[in-house]
Amino acid sequence: MSELLRSYLTVGIFGVAAIAMAGAMLTIARILRPSRPTRQKLIAYESGVDPVGGDWAQSQIRYYVFAVLFVLFDVEAVFIFPWATRLEVYGVFGLVEMAIFIFILLLGLFYAWRKGVLRWV
Amino acid sequence: MEITTGWYLVLGAMLFVIGGTGLLIRRNPLVMLMCVELMLNGVNLSFVAMAQQLDDIGGQTVVFFVLVVAAAEVVVGLGLVVAILRRQPGATADDLSALKG
Amino acid sequence: MGSLQLVGFVGPSVNWWALLPQIILLGAALAVLLVSALAPQRASTVFTTVTTLCAALTSFVVALGLWSDVKADGPSSSIASAFGVDGFSIFFTVLILIGLATTALLSHGYLDREEMDPPEFHALLLCSAAGAIVMASANDLIVMFLGLEALSIGIYVMIAMHHRRSEARESAIKYFVLGAFSSAFLLYGIALTYGATGSTNLVHIRSYLDAVVFQDQHLLMAAMALLLVGLSFKVAAAPFHFWAPDVYQGAPSPVTGWMASIAKAAGFAALLRIFFAAFASHDVDWAPIVGALAVITLVIGSVMAILQTDIKRMLAFSSVSHAGYVLVAVHSASATGTSAALFYLFTYTLMVLGSFAIVGAMGPDDEHPLSRYTGLGRSRPVIAIGFTVLLLAQAGIPTTSGFIAKFQVIAAAVESESYFIAGVSMVTAVIGAFMYLRIVMAMYVVDEGEEGPRPIWHWTTSVVVLAAVGFTIIVGLVPQFLIEFARDAVPVLVRG
Repeated sequence: MSELLRSYLTVGIFGVAAIAMAGAMLTIARILRPSRPTRQKLIAYESGVDPVGGDWAQSQIRYYVFAVLFVLFDVEAVFIFPWATRLEVYGVFGLVEMAIFIFILLLGLFYAWRKGVLRWV
Repeated sequence: MEITTGWYLVLGAMLFVIGGTGLLIRRNPLVMLMCVELMLNGVNLSFVAMAQQLDDIGGQTVVFFVLVVAAAEVVVGLGLVVAILRRQPGATADDLSALKG
Repeated sequence: MGSLQLVGFVGPSVNWWALLPQIILLGAALAVLLVSALAPQRASTVFTTVTTLCAALTSFVVALGLWSDVKADGPSSSIASAFGVDGFSIFFTVLILIGLATTALLSHGYLDREEMDPPEFHALLLCSAAGAIVMASANDLIVMFLGLEALSIGIYVMIAMHHRRSEARESAIKYFVLGAFSSAFLLYGIALTYGATGSTNLVHIRSYLDAVVFQDQHLLMAAMALLLVGLSFKVAAAPFHFWAPDVYQGAPSPVTGWMASIAKAAGFAALLRIFFAAFASHDVDWAPIVGALAVITLVIGSVMAILQTDIKRMLAFSSVSHAGYVLVAVHSASATGTSAALFYLFTYTLMVLGSFAIVGAMGPDDEHPLSRYTGLGRSRPVIAIGFTVLLLAQAGIPTTSGFIAKFQVIAAAVESESYFIAGVSMVTAVIGAFMYLRIVMAMYVVDEGEEGPRPIWHWTTSVVVLAAVGFTIIVGLVPQFLIEFARDAVPVLVRG
């Protein structure tokens, strides 16, 4: 067996052990505990407000815009990390480049803000 | 058994083909977007595997660019899908046939 | 991985002068967006159009400066050989800037009429133009890919910007899905090229392929096939053209013009740079495939065009067949063929922009039946004459630029002894001419007493049509200057 697969074997054993442990605990608890279900106990929030309506609701379109903006800026950060890990190597050149990059991103954010996309209503 | 670069390339090719097939046969616009992602990630995997094989950092940097481009592309795609679904709820690719073709 | 050491980092030398044309365009795009965010009432249609035109003009002047540099010092490249400055890149920069100015002028009347947002449209147009320039100048496959994506993503949104028409959104999503599909193919081709040659830089690829004889060519062949498929989608070459009619029909007319002219030209720029310049030593492998694509494209483009009844779909298939002629020129894999392709693209761009200017002015975009043009020759004789000239030029009638372009392409095919392909291009030229004549006949042959259409005409459209018609006729009569420009613009790969 190769070295690579052997290191995965450790992960595998860990996984099996974790599942077995959790499974054993839940099974033992199930055997030991008394079980007298009533309707009150089975609803989602036993001591809270009763749930109303179905579980399939339409979400607002503006949440989607937030998500899209988040994805965009999140992904752009991928360029900042490599630069940040070797900051001192790149010196002034890198600093100026990154300043231009972030400036353009900020312009995008500014545009979104002015267009009222960021308002949470 | 040794896991060589070839295996990663095969996996990348499989992801690419699955994505491409999915794009052609699935009719849900969102699933089609996912398939595009799958294709691009298959390519990314090939790039990384080849960079490892060639001992060249270039192939790994490419992945950064591809990731960002893919994100930009999918965001635009999602925007289009939402714009269409807002007018025609539950539209599939087959409903988009006002233009014959 | 090689260990990075903490010694002084030397960035790649950047020739900012060479990057100035697209930096100006991007700066203008950011400025337009900024103004629209800060003072929306100031960002009028006039303001945005003028900004775009000024940016195009400044960029144009810089490009001419670069051209004289290239003439004096020879081609060069910048950013670690990733960005080339040669006659080829400047040729396409000039072409793209002309297209940009034209599209900006055309959109001027259109945006007001159709109530679309001018700042966003122009910002996207500028970004898309910058992407096209990057694509045409890139000496690195990844830079080329980034340029392509900037070009395409701008176009996806521009098509969908029409609020009221569901056809526009439908056409946008079709173009988006197929565009993403073809980008993925292109990217996989780049990955395999990288695997086969060890670099994404065209200069390295060229020298590697010149030096190394492969024992096993499969990887490289697969790479070339995937690159070709990806780019064929972009330039709408058959059998990867099926999106073109739908998308051209659904998109707003100025955007259709931009797609048909500049997106196609940039796609061919990439095709020429990759295949003619970088894969030159393997032309026995790729030239036959390009030849086969060219024949299929020519036949499908010209035959299908005859069967259409909608003007925009007709022009879409005609643009497919034009892609076929350029492919014929690419197929010959010679300097003559390449300059013939460049000449063709230049003249074709002006013809197609002029045609879509008229189509856009002829009324709402929903459908453009041929009957809408019935009697145009009587109601608006000047417009009808302009449209006739542009259509006959596309058909390749002598004394127009289209004739010289087709002649050069066929001459290049004959020179490389591809008599079959030369024959096919001549036959399809005749078939295609029938379609153009049908539109011309519709404009002039009309029953007595029937009222012709009276399109809403904006003065910017007149400027564009006048320029396009003038250019088409001038190049048709004295083509020498453009032939020389195209001859000097054959791509070269220089290490920077």
